[in-house]
Amino acid sequence: MFAFYTIYKGYFRTALIVQFQYRVAMLIWLLGGIIEPLMYLVVWRTVSEQQGGSVGGFDTNDFVVYFIAVMLVSHATFTWIMWEYIYRIRMGLFSVMLLKPIHPIHSDIADNIGYKFLTLTVMAPVTLLLAWFFDASWRPAPWTLAAFVPVLILAFLMRFYWEWSLAMVAFWTMRIDAMNQAYIVVGLFFSGRLAPLSLFPEIVQRAADILPFRWMLSFPVELLLGRITPRELLIGIGAQLFWLLAGYLFMQLIYRAGIKRYAAFGA
Amino acid sequence: MEQNPVIQIEELSKVYTVNEREAGLVAAMRSLVKRKTRDVNAVDAISFSVGEGEIVGFLGPNGAGKTTTLKMLSGLLHPTGGSATVLGFRPWERNRDYLRRMTLVMGQRNQLVWDIPVIDTFELNRAVYRIPEEQYRPVVEELTELLELEPLLRKPTRNLSLGERMKCEIAAALLHRPSVLFLDEPTIGLDVTMQRRIRRFITDYNQRTGATVILTSHYMADVEALCKRVIVIHHGKLLYDGELTGLADRFAPFKTVEVKLQNGLDGRPLAQYGELMAHSEGRITLRIPKVDTAAVTGRLLADLDVADLTVQDPPIEDVIEHVFSQSPSPLDAPDPQKIQSE
Repeated sequence: MFAFYTIYKGYFRTALIVQFQYRVAMLIWLLGGIIEPLMYLVVWRTVSEQQGGSVGGFDTNDFVVYFIAVMLVSHATFTWIMWEYIYRIRMGLFSVMLLKPIHPIHSDIADNIGYKFLTLTVMAPVTLLLAWFFDASWRPAPWTLAAFVPVLILAFLMRFYWEWSLAMVAFWTMRIDAMNQAYIVVGLFFSGRLAPLSLFPEIVQRAADILPFRWMLSFPVELLLGRITPRELLIGIGAQLFWLLAGYLFMQLIYRAGIKRYAAFGA
Repeated sequence: MEQNPVIQIEELSKVYTVNEREAGLVAAMRSLVKRKTRDVNAVDAISFSVGEGEIVGFLGPNGAGKTTTLKMLSGLLHPTGGSATVLGFRPWERNRDYLRRMTLVMGQRNQLVWDIPVIDTFELNRAVYRIPEEQYRPVVEELTELLELEPLLRKPTRNLSLGERMKCEIAAALLHRPSVLFLDEPTIGLDVTMQRRIRRFITDYNQRTGATVILTSHYMADVEALCKRVIVIHHGKLLYDGELTGLADRFAPFKTVEVKLQNGLDGRPLAQYGELMAHSEGRITLRIPKVDTAAVTGRLLADLDVADLTVQDPPIEDVIEHVFSQSPSPLDAPDPQKIQSE
């Protein structure tokens, strides 16, 4: 455990130094993560105002709080690993990772968290600014805040394992951009990024319950908004654990097969 | 051959399946339906073993299978056939205890993180290899001194020249004190001074730590300076495994005879003795088929007024060039029994 701590500390340190080198790129990425939910916020807020102040049980303030929460949770859980993998295999960087006596996923997790940690310095004031600008009112129950922490960690981990596994399709084909795009579009609908899931038809909501996307984004957001009962919380955590385990097993499987393929075709 | 083999390879093979397609649109469309593939024997049933503390030169022209072999031994590639153990591990199982005890340095690949100062990559490796602080400090100091890294440590990797980067790469790869080193072209692209420094460093490291080293290089000077023993592969097959000095005995079909004359040539034709390679005032150099050496030297001594005569093997570079210019068929893999005796 101590050794792991040392390794992660080393990776964090490196990630932070590298991120500092690319401050502008970091800000551009960050801007994308802020503008998208902000856009939906403005659209839905306008729709709500035109509908007399409420749409499908969401009033104007709910939309504001919802999309600010989407921005925060999205930021906390997003990964760029699918693009990273294509690059590292094409450039032969994966061989170097394989020679290290540690699973390559750890450096990626540390890298991701390092970025999040650094960008928090921008995200925190942006959140406060948006809340002030849109006059958001939010009174969470203490238990939802307490539950939010593990729920967010689970959301991050399950998303990380799944996207890390899908990224490894690059072992079989370099043309994974189309797959990435499909994944993003499906996720846009079923994760609640585009609009709260309760606004979608019943069938989409049922599908969202079965798919992993809701548990990566919408569930933590709904929890922050106080729209989850304690019973639903337990069910949600169960779903997250299930998808995390499935993602972990899938990752192990595809990693082993991927390495074998990589090793067969020349590293 | 060795008392205590650290690396043991038996009939190790690697076959790559490569896609083949002719040029043109029609061929491109045809390949959508039916792909044509071809098997390439990159490494073809090679066997050898390397003892603890040995430095072995691994020679062969481009595409001979050297890098493929090193990648199999370092666990990056799965072999298609045969077996290999290094330090008692099967490399491609990539056991972490194994990875902690070996290193692979590839000339053109970098393990240094591009954007951060070199010393920060070292720190990262310290964490990843779990090097205790009390071991790390002296090792860094030692490597810094031996490779003259002091002015480079605080520079980001991207600001280093090729030679500087190579020195730092080697240092980063040795922080964990590996006991097996696979060095693939460690001096490629470096100037002569830097090549010499790296060579000296490898010898030093080997002597101090007793590490086992397999080294590939296109520079014969590297091999001559570092390796008593060489393994030659060509077209994936093992051609020779033995002392570097024995390579000429085995493969060079000729010898070089240098003659110093008392009174010049007196216009005598030299073609009857052998191929004239150099001719200056009172001194001639001839290339003579190995089988004729004794007879020709006898005749030279009898016919000419010889002050001095030396018979030498041709330079090792010429021998290697000769070996690689042959097709593999007449130079079949040697009998292991024969290797034992060499």
